[in-house]
Amino acid sequence: MSNHIEYEPVIGLEVHIQLSTVSKIFCGCRARFGSEANAQVCPVCLGLPGALPVLNRKAVDYAARLALATGCEINPRSVFARKNYFYPDLPKGYQISQFEQPFCENGMITVETASGGKRPVRIRRIHLEEDAGKSMHQEAYVGDDESLVDLNRCGVPLLELVTEPDLTAPEEAAAFLAYLRQLVRYLEICDGNMEEGSLRCDANISVRVRGTFGLGTKTELKNMNSFRHVERALAFEYERQCALLTAGQAVQQETLLWDANRNIATPMRSKEFAHDYRYFPEPDLLPVEIETNWIEAQRRDLPELPQAKKVRYQEAFFLPAYDAAVLTEDADVAHYYEQVADRVDDKKLASNWVMGEVLRACKERGEGVTDLKMTPALLADLLGMLTRSEINSGMAKQIFEQVLQTGKSPHDLVAEGGLSQIDDHDSLQSVIQTVLQAQQKDVSAYLQGNEKVLGFLMGLVMKATSGRANPRTVTSLLREELAQLKNRL
Amino acid sequence: MSVTLAEVERIAALAKLSFSDEEKAQFTEQFNQILAYVDKLDELDLSAVAPTSHVLAGPPLLRDDEYRPSLTPDEALANAPRRNKNLFSVPKVIGG
Ligand SMILES: [Zn+2]
Repeated sequence: MSNHIEYEPVIGLEVHIQLSTVSKIFCGCRARFGSEANAQVCPVCLGLPGALPVLNRKAVDYAARLALATGCEINPRSVFARKNYFYPDLPKGYQISQFEQPFCENGMITVETASGGKRPVRIRRIHLEEDAGKSMHQEAYVGDDESLVDLNRCGVPLLELVTEPDLTAPEEAAAFLAYLRQLVRYLEICDGNMEEGSLRCDANISVRVRGTFGLGTKTELKNMNSFRHVERALAFEYERQCALLTAGQAVQQETLLWDANRNIATPMRSKEFAHDYRYFPEPDLLPVEIETNWIEAQRRDLPELPQAKKVRYQEAFFLPAYDAAVLTEDADVAHYYEQVADRVDDKKLASNWVMGEVLRACKERGEGVTDLKMTPALLADLLGMLTRSEINSGMAKQIFEQVLQTGKSPHDLVAEGGLSQIDDHDSLQSVIQTVLQAQQKDVSAYLQGNEKVLGFLMGLVMKATSGRANPRTVTSLLREELAQLKNRL
Repeated sequence: MSVTLAEVERIAALAKLSFSDEEKAQFTEQFNQILAYVDKLDELDLSAVAPTSHVLAGPPLLRDDEYRPSLTPDEALANAPRRNKNLFSVPKVIGG
C-alpha cells in the first residue's frame, strides 16, 4: 500500500449505531426510515416549548445488549446531558446525549484481520443519544438562497461507540466495522445498513514512527458511507500525513471530509467554536439507574455471539474455518445451517449445500433464508437421500430447484417420478460400486458362475436410484464392473 | 470564581447574541454577583457530596416502545417562517 514503511498509522473510530426501535428515543413518533418528509414529528422532537422527553425503555435494553456483548462495564447511574450547538437540523438548539457519565465504558472487541491475526480494540465508551434531522443543500428542488430541513430523523435513538486508537491499519478499521455490523445484527438492535445511515463512522488517524509509542497530531475523517470508503479514506489520509512528515512539515489538527467521487479528503470549512458544546446535565430527564440483577438477566438473554459461534462450528461440526465464517456471517443463515446439521450426519455436506445452493438461491431470488420454500427439514431429507445414494448429486440439484419452486418434499417429488432418467455413466458407476461393495457375498457368487445374481444386483441399483436409472446402461455398466472384478481374481 | 468581559463576549457569541459595550459590562457585573452568591457554598466542606444534577429522586419513568400518531406535515410546518413543499426552508447553510 505504501512506501512510507517507517511510519505506522494509529486509528480510532467513532461509530453511530441507529437503533431499530419502533418509536423514537424520547417521544412516540415512528423511527422508521423513508417516510414522507416531516410526517413523523411531534412537539417533543420538534423542540416546541413545554414539551417533555420520556425515555424509551427499549433503547436502554438495546444499549445494555451492546454493552454486554462488547464486555463493557455498565454504569449503575448514567446521566443525560445537553450538547449545545446551532444547526438548522437541530430544532432545540441542543442534542440530548451523554457526556460525563455515559451508559457504559471499558469494553473490548477483538478483530480478526485478513492475515489471520487478532487485534484487540478497546472500547472507551458507549452512550445513548438522539439523532438530528436531515438538511438538504444540493438537491434540484432546493432554492439558491435556502437549505431545506426534514425532521423525521430527529430523535431517532443512537448509540455512539468510541474506540481507543488501537487500530494500526485501514484494513483493520474496515474489519472492525464489518464485525460491529455483524454483532449489532446478531443482537437485533440495528439493521446495519450503512448506505441508509443506520451505521455511520467517523475516524481519527495520526501516524508515528513504527515501533514508538507516542501519538502524533491527529486528523478527523467524516462523510464515509461504506466500509470500503472508510478504508480508502484512511489509506489516503495515512499517505498524506506520511508525505507531510517526510517533507519535514507538520500535520494540522483538522477535520476532513471524504469525497467518494474524487477519492480525496478535503478540509472541512472550520466552524467557529466547533468544540465548545457547553455540556450540562439535562434537567428534563432523570439519570438512568441500572440494577445488577437486571444486568444479569440481560446477560442471560444474550444470543451466542458470532465469534463464539464460529469457534463452535469448527469444534462441534469439524468445519473448516472458511465454512464456519461463511455460515456464521448472518444469524439467520447460521440458524438455518444448524437446523440442517441437527438432522444429518455429514455436517460438511450440509455446509457445502447451505454455502452453495442455499445462499445462491437466496441471492438469485432476493429472499432471506427464512423465506425459502426449501426449509432446513426438507434440505435434510434431500441430503439424507443423497447420502444413502437413493439419488445422485445431479438429481439432488434438480430436486432442490423443484422444492424451491413448489415447497413439496423431496420424497414426494421422487415418487411422482417427475425427474429425468439418469443415464450418465459416472453417477451410475458410483451407485453400482456402492451396491457391489455392500453385497460382496452375492458378488462372489456371481464371479463363481451364478448368473442369476445379476438380476438381483440390478434391482438394488434401480432401487438406489429410485427407479430412475436407465436399465440398459445399468446392465452394461454392471457387467463391465463385474468383468473387471473377475479379471482381478 | 468570576468571569471577565472576554468570557461574556464568548458566551454571547456562542449564543449568537450581540450586545452593546454597556450591556456587556452590565452582564459581566451581574454574572459576577451571581457567582459570588454561589461561592457561599465554599464555606461548607462538600468534598464527600456528589454533585446534584437533579432534585427528584428515584428512577426515571420509562415508556414502552410503541408509536403514537405524529403531527401532520402541515401542522408541523404551521409555525415555520418559510417552507418549500413539506420541508422547513432556512437561510442557506454551506457544508455540513
Ligand atoms: Zn416526536
